[in-house]
Amino acid sequence: MDLLLIFISAAIVNNFVLAYFLGICPFIGVSGKLSSAYSMGMATTFVLTIASMVTWIIYYFLLQPFHLEFLQTVAFILVIASLVQFVEMFIKKVSQPLYRALGIYLPLITTNCAIMGLALFNITREYTFYQGIVFAVGAGGGFTLALVLMAGIREELELADVPKPMRGVPVTLLVAGILALAFSGFAGMI
Amino acid sequence: MNPEFYLAIAIMGGLGLLFAAALAVADRKLRVEENPLIAQVSEVMPGANCGACGYAGCYDFAVQVVEGNAKCNGCPVGGQETADEVASLLGQESSSSARLVARILCRGGNKEAKQKEIPYAGPQSCSVQAIVSGGSKMCEYGCLGGGDCVEACRFNALFMGENGLPVVIEEFCTGCGLCAAACPRNIIEIHPTDREVFVFCRSHDGPKEASSFCSVACIGCGICARKSGGSITMVNNLPVIDQEKLDPAVIPFDKCRTGAIGYLPGRAPAATEPEEATVES
Repeated sequence: MDLLLIFISAAIVNNFVLAYFLGICPFIGVSGKLSSAYSMGMATTFVLTIASMVTWIIYYFLLQPFHLEFLQTVAFILVIASLVQFVEMFIKKVSQPLYRALGIYLPLITTNCAIMGLALFNITREYTFYQGIVFAVGAGGGFTLALVLMAGIREELELADVPKPMRGVPVTLLVAGILALAFSGFAGMI
Repeated sequence: MNPEFYLAIAIMGGLGLLFAAALAVADRKLRVEENPLIAQVSEVMPGANCGACGYAGCYDFAVQVVEGNAKCNGCPVGGQETADEVASLLGQESSSSARLVARILCRGGNKEAKQKEIPYAGPQSCSVQAIVSGGSKMCEYGCLGGGDCVEACRFNALFMGENGLPVVIEEFCTGCGLCAAACPRNIIEIHPTDREVFVFCRSHDGPKEASSFCSVACIGCGICARKSGGSITMVNNLPVIDQEKLDPAVIPFDKCRTGAIGYLPGRAPAATEPEEATVES
């Protein structure tokens, strides 16, 4: 029950993109096409989950015993950057089709603040290892949901007669605001 | 000094070293043998990863070029320079002939096209004219003469000629297509410079209206299509040229009463004209 609550909270009620405004860069940048939005969401979910596990281990088995909690931000940046590099190499070796499908999105995730945010949330909320994994999957699901919703809307927007100065990013930001307002309706659920 | 200080350095340094070693090992163990050309090609790419080529980033484009799925000049950001470098890496001739320019496909200027009884007197912008009353000309398909394309061009490659029609300066034109997008009548198309034969009319009117509205309109007689051997098809009273199949030698340009189909100005081959004349006589 606890895990389910964490999952739903991360995916919908406290959606990373639409409630915490983390990962706005890929949210605006990669939401042009439905298919690429979906693969970006999947890739991010994948990296989120692994990063959650590794940062948890680093924090509780390395930083905490030596009372070096203040190093968490620097250490997490190091961990996430190396991890994404490693995952990229691994996928390239193991599955070429998957590597091509993820393409440019995988290295882009290195600098995605949603990953960093998740690692820090894990610590401040004192989640256990398994809670952290569920939290990461939920956050990734929520990120994918936001991205796919946005991509669907933007594909329709292509056909709409948007005033010239509003085309492209401005109207996207407006739509993102309306989406975030809609998602704030979930706020009372948990 | 505080022992935490040294501990922090040791742990961060250790973590860094550990990850560096792990990545180095992984690089050796997990290296995928690939064509060394791909690395060379991706080196000369602009590296913006903008996706304007239609592939997911510069690296993906490099892979596609090396595998022969994409053309050397497929990178719009790098332009001619990058195209040349990629071509020399692949040992191919850079196809500079594939440069794109804008072509104006309407010849109905103020002299040729019939004007309305009551001329348009509003703002001289094509988009406004198209919405309000369709401009001063009777023809619903031709150039409005408001100069939206000239305004849209960022390279000063267009100007309004004396006859109220835009003129493209080929040397300045980059084929970006901004003018084509700005034209509400869609009379501007982007074509490679080596295409010489066009239908210089967009009118879908029948023969009667077309010939009464404009002296250089395509009246939809279809003689060019019948003689073309399949490279020209009539769609809605207007010939559509399949430029890949087109053989200009079989098109009876002199049979076109209004001269709507023909070569670009100054591009007609001089030698073929007397030959055609002898065949007819």
